[in-house]
Amino acid sequence: MAGKNMSIAKALNESLRTALDTDPKVLIMGEDVGKLGGVFRVTDGLHKDFGEDRVIDTPLAESGIVGTAIGLALRGYRPVVEIQFDGFVFPAYDQIVTQLAKMYARALGKIKLPVVVRIPYGGGIGAVEHHSESPEALFAHVAGLKVVSPSNASDAYWMMQQAIQSDDPVIFFEPKRRYWDKGEVDTDAIPHPLHKARVAREGTDLTLAAYGPMVKVCLEAAAAAAEEGKSVEVVDLRSMSPIDFDSVQTSVEKTRRLVVVHEAPVFLGTGAEIAARITERCFYHLEAPVLRVGGYHVPYPPARLEDEYLPGLDRVLDAVDRSLAY
Amino acid sequence: MTVESTAATRKPRRSSKRAGAARTPKAPDEPQLVQLLTPDGERIEHPEYEVDLTPEELRGLYRDMVLTRRFDAEATALQRQGELGLWASLLGQEAAQIGSGRALRDDDYVFPTYREHGVAWCRGVDPTNLLGMFRGVNHGGWDPNSNNFHLYTIVIGSQTLHATGYAMGIVKDGADSAVVAYFGDGASSQGDVAEAFTFSAVYNAPVVFFCQNNQWAISEPTEKQMRVPLYQRAQGFGFPGVRVDGNDVLACLAVTKSALERARRGEGPTLVEAYTYRMGAHTTSDDPTKYRTDDERQAWEAKDPIQRLKTYLEKQKFADEAFFTGLESESETLGKRVREAVRAMPDPDPMAMFENTHADGHALVDEERAQFAAYQASFADSAEEGN
Repeated sequence: MAGKNMSIAKALNESLRTALDTDPKVLIMGEDVGKLGGVFRVTDGLHKDFGEDRVIDTPLAESGIVGTAIGLALRGYRPVVEIQFDGFVFPAYDQIVTQLAKMYARALGKIKLPVVVRIPYGGGIGAVEHHSESPEALFAHVAGLKVVSPSNASDAYWMMQQAIQSDDPVIFFEPKRRYWDKGEVDTDAIPHPLHKARVAREGTDLTLAAYGPMVKVCLEAAAAAAEEGKSVEVVDLRSMSPIDFDSVQTSVEKTRRLVVVHEAPVFLGTGAEIAARITERCFYHLEAPVLRVGGYHVPYPPARLEDEYLPGLDRVLDAVDRSLAY
Repeated sequence: MTVESTAATRKPRRSSKRAGAARTPKAPDEPQLVQLLTPDGERIEHPEYEVDLTPEELRGLYRDMVLTRRFDAEATALQRQGELGLWASLLGQEAAQIGSGRALRDDDYVFPTYREHGVAWCRGVDPTNLLGMFRGVNHGGWDPNSNNFHLYTIVIGSQTLHATGYAMGIVKDGADSAVVAYFGDGASSQGDVAEAFTFSAVYNAPVVFFCQNNQWAISEPTEKQMRVPLYQRAQGFGFPGVRVDGNDVLACLAVTKSALERARRGEGPTLVEAYTYRMGAHTTSDDPTKYRTDDERQAWEAKDPIQRLKTYLEKQKFADEAFFTGLESESETLGKRVREAVRAMPDPDPMAMFENTHADGHALVDEERAQFAAYQASFADSAEEGN
């Protein structure tokens, strides 16, 4: 099925199917992942084809989902668990942070924890409270976890394969408002390394760094800026832990300006870390301070206000203008 | 010693009435316990649970308890001498741990808290391995798969879910081994324990939940944790619960064996509440004189798990003076070995903190490791220059 056009949700579905097919130790677990195929249908059809021993509908208990996945991993399985929505991960946060992240170190490397935690995240779908959050920095801050987020169908397919094959726990943030965006997926390609950033658009005047749902906004911003004669490069980070600072540095040494864009609150967010590191690495290259565009330090607002909260084209272009004005 | 080979004469559960009778609630001060050996060292029968051990096997259980207590006393002393940062004593809980630990088969898997020194002993984990985390040289350090004994878990109740998941994996593998999850009365208040009960019941997982109700969660008595006897909680999740005299090594062995056999037969989880008492402090940082009385402690001292088996061995003439003298000398040798091993335990290489964070490596950890190595090396360079 090389070179097929499919949505991000379908690409994830195909990726999970491939993993279940290839490795009998791979398990899918979560609330409603079985017959329903998940509330976003990412696991659609897998229960029918692989049965309830491989695609496991779980009790409504997030800590239990992650905690039992840890036990299954200790028994030699490779569980891929779904947390139904971002805001519901917190009952499992203890298991993820105090157990999943640290057990490998605690055992001095004698055991492995190949668990993938899938979290549909971010806003833009008009949802109610707790269904639109971007808690990735909370996980990236924890040693022992790897945190990634694809922005397109090809990455969705390949990054999920790589996350499942990794012997480390991976928190896999799926940009839920992009689930239905389509793109080309070449399942025979040699995949991009999981934790390496990708230049999504070349440019010479300024770098926009983003990941997950914001990559599309940044590409649109770069296209709009091009109409005004500004050449904007877009770097898709793909991984929030580790972050590929080398690729960002390479881009910034060329463009001399950096704006980091994410949906999560700006305060103590991924952008803060990138701004600090890039300032250290590129101090003499920078023509402007690293700017950040993101959410505010408020609870995620009601749906009717989320367009104001989420960074859109105008806010990104405004930051581009501010950077170029230095 | 293993008693697994012993032909247990436990009668199968023949009627739900009888099984129900074992779970009949009684007043909290008058717990209905499965007991095979009274505090006075009298052997008694129980309609559902029985063990039939040879004198040698009985001496083995006694030896396990004595050596475990000796190890524990040594560790407490080492903490007082500043050799360990902290110690969580098992004093008083030897029967619960040795009884349940000796019920296990080699292919069973144990998920302990941080106080299961006696169970670790039964699994063949070298006691000195348990001290690394208390000395502060590692966070566990042993290979859980060497003895099917998972690392100590400090976050209360977390391991009950790991045990359940592991047990779910056993079912998937088509194996007939089982898992024991240890936890305390305080942990039974944790959501993770309730979730472990839910998952294990739903998936019929071969896990035995072995709760050592030692009456105190640091300073909080059981009344602050529960309003009904703990073992009754299992019923609401759809599996049996049984309360056993946690100071009776024979009863703990019989009840755990029975629960493990049930799990192996594919009949799912069991909750065993071992009703016991923590004779010492919660940890060496604790001061139990602030929250409990001497009377209470003395009442439990009369139920000492080691003394009651000793009385029985002596009455039955299953052990002679030479056995007890020999064991005393073996205890001292163990104490000495532990003492020397702890004192010889080196601090880890500072670079070790960067190891084993990730199986597949991590660019940031690599970068910080290199920075730290360079920083360390800078002291060596300046020392050379100084010379």
